[in-house]
Amino acid sequence: MAGVHVSTTVNGDPVEYVCPADESLLDVLRDRLGLTGAKEGCGTGDCGACSITLDGQLVCSCLVLGAEAEGKKITTVEGMADGENLHPLQRQFIDNAALQCGICTPGFLVAGKALLDRNPDPSVEEIRYALAGNLCRCTGYDKIVRAVQAAAKDLQKQKK
Amino acid sequence: MRYESPTTAKAAVDLLSKEKGKAYVLAGGTDLLVRLRMDMIEPDLMVDIKNIPAMNDIKKTPNGGFKIGAAVSGAKLGANKAISKAWPGVVEATNLIGSDQIQGRCTMVGNLCNASPAADSVPAMIAAGAKANIVGKKRRTVPVEDIVTGPGKTALAKGELIEAITLPKKAPKSGDAYLRFIPRTEMDIAVVGAAVSLTLKKGVVEKARVALGAVAATPLLVKEAADAIIGTSLDDEALEALGAACSAACKPIDDKRGTVEYRVKVAGVLAQRAAKIAYERAGGK
Repeated sequence: MAGVHVSTTVNGDPVEYVCPADESLLDVLRDRLGLTGAKEGCGTGDCGACSITLDGQLVCSCLVLGAEAEGKKITTVEGMADGENLHPLQRQFIDNAALQCGICTPGFLVAGKALLDRNPDPSVEEIRYALAGNLCRCTGYDKIVRAVQAAAKDLQKQKK
Repeated sequence: MRYESPTTAKAAVDLLSKEKGKAYVLAGGTDLLVRLRMDMIEPDLMVDIKNIPAMNDIKKTPNGGFKIGAAVSGAKLGANKAISKAWPGVVEATNLIGSDQIQGRCTMVGNLCNASPAADSVPAMIAAGAKANIVGKKRRTVPVEDIVTGPGKTALAKGELIEAITLPKKAPKSGDAYLRFIPRTEMDIAVVGAAVSLTLKKGVVEKARVALGAVAATPLLVKEAADAIIGTSLDDEALEALGAACSAACKPIDDKRGTVEYRVKVAGVLAQRAAKIAYERAGGK
């Protein structure tokens, strides 16, 4: 199988790789670039554990080919914190105990941040709809929703 | 498998028509890449159409309609205020496909060409009178209701692909709506879908199109249902006739999502509710 050569940007850094044409971007991130934050839950776009943004758009990286990333801007959960400083959403996930096993957490963080980037003050209903593409079998979701609400408040304070 | 990302429709057609093995068009990939992952398909070639500029555009047509490129995602369609205002039913139906993650990638044309009987955007497009602009050896334009020929099957020939969907100009005093029934609030496949588009003249339905999804091997355009409300002010009697015509048109299957009996009944009820919303949107009281 012929490899595809791809030049792209991941979390602000230029990156190049060669991958088989049918390899998912998730596999590229995890196995070629060593970015194991995005997880494979279902591999069919149902669980959201592999959520990333592609040119600012929230997507499941299991349903993107590595070859499609040519010239794109990718962000993953690894790009969320500013050095040692956690993003307010990451901090609130810890403070609200919005995780147990942690497999779904990177996906929730990326999807939650995508929501807060476009809607700084979401209602509970908006949060639940926006996170409907992310599955969690531990928390029952309430703590996750509370963490997103609290992070929204933190981010609003930061702006003031 | 080879991956190609041509930058013109002509190059895409050339790649697809010359490929001797199995070739697939990749738009959002939310169905195609699932089938790839599950080993349901073994492509020799995948042609990504997202780098063809014309396929990423939403344009006004010279006669006041819209041309929506085949690679336009559900999220991009939903963000377009002009289309959301003119054809809210079509936009709402498309935005019902999957989660935010899926909306970032999925396309109306992909939903159409995947040819699921339960596709959400398809009945809404049919009710709206949408047309598919096909490129291939020759260009041709086909009403959306003539594209799906069976579950997973389309009327497209080898080397053909849909470049865009054209929505007609919204007539004054017109409205459209799509409703789907699922047993939960989000993230499910339609048990029944119903779309109604209608135009009023002095409070009376002058033109109408009614389409149903998930109740037959293909989405259905139900002329008898439209006839049942044309010439009426959508009174109870007209609504009853509409529901009966929709139920009569259903040829559903029994599956885990619903029984034949249930789908037949719900198709009538949903069509009535969609008609009421379309009527209100058209300015009817």
